[in-house]
Amino acid sequence: MIELDDTDRAILRALQADATLKSATLARRLGLSQPATWRRMKRLETAGVILGRRLELDAEKLGFGVTVFLGVKLATKGRVSLEDFERAVTAIPEVQTVQHVLGLYDYRLRVVARDLPDFERVLRRRIMTLPGVGNVEANVMLSEERRPGPLG
Amino acid sequence: MLTDTDRRLLRRLQANPDMPVADLAEAVGLAPATCYKRLDRLQASGVIRATRAVIDRAALGYTVEVSLRITLDKTQPRAFDEFLAAAREIAEVQEIQTFLGRVDTRLSVLARDMAHYQQVYRERILALPHIADIEALMHVATIKDAETLPL
Repeated sequence: MIELDDTDRAILRALQADATLKSATLARRLGLSQPATWRRMKRLETAGVILGRRLELDAEKLGFGVTVFLGVKLATKGRVSLEDFERAVTAIPEVQTVQHVLGLYDYRLRVVARDLPDFERVLRRRIMTLPGVGNVEANVMLSEERRPGPLG
Repeated sequence: MLTDTDRRLLRRLQANPDMPVADLAEAVGLAPATCYKRLDRLQASGVIRATRAVIDRAALGYTVEVSLRITLDKTQPRAFDEFLAAAREIAEVQEIQTFLGRVDTRLSVLARDMAHYQQVYRERILALPHIADIEALMHVATIKDAETLPL
């Protein structure tokens, strides 16, 4: 595990908000030299703390008005292979996130759709037909906040 | 209005946010200057909200991730507002959603290990106002996490 100091954490927070920041801009903001900032950014990348960059799009402006969180219970555990389910569910373009979980459900999915009829189509044709799928619970997302989260 | 070219551009960029604009322009058949202009417009109109660094929490020692699905006491008129405001104050909370469905809200909570999780759960989460019920889903593995839109 990599040891971070407050400057590293400040760099991570800044890049989490805007990964297109240049080392010179970041250096000015943090009161460091550009080479020192660049070295720290490289170190965070090579240590695998920064996995990459991600584009955040406004789903609603692009016509995706509905996001639904699904809890999925497999019906025939043991007989159906988890790999088959995972392979099939990952291939659905509307499924954004798949997490294997322990608890009331076996998987949690995040699904986007244009509107509720479109979601119904995805649910019936794609989700309910997945190999081994059992009970499915749907919660329609009303609002979402991403927090910075802990940085150590 | 978004054109087909905009969508193609976003599809490419979404799949590879590190793609240099010159390569992106070539891939969608635009002149680099036109491509820059379109990207600027998509940013200005808020279609592109941000490009964010993805941080590996496990590399920082956060190995436990739990989804808490929470039902609130809706007889309290300010239950949602007060719960959300208090949840925002917990550093270990990484996502907050509200829902229409069987549960009212969800918190994604990170912890270093089970002992740390237990401490966060007992001291911070259970102290949140207006909770009627909590269900926990413990994350075992992330199978897909691209969060891309099917453009």
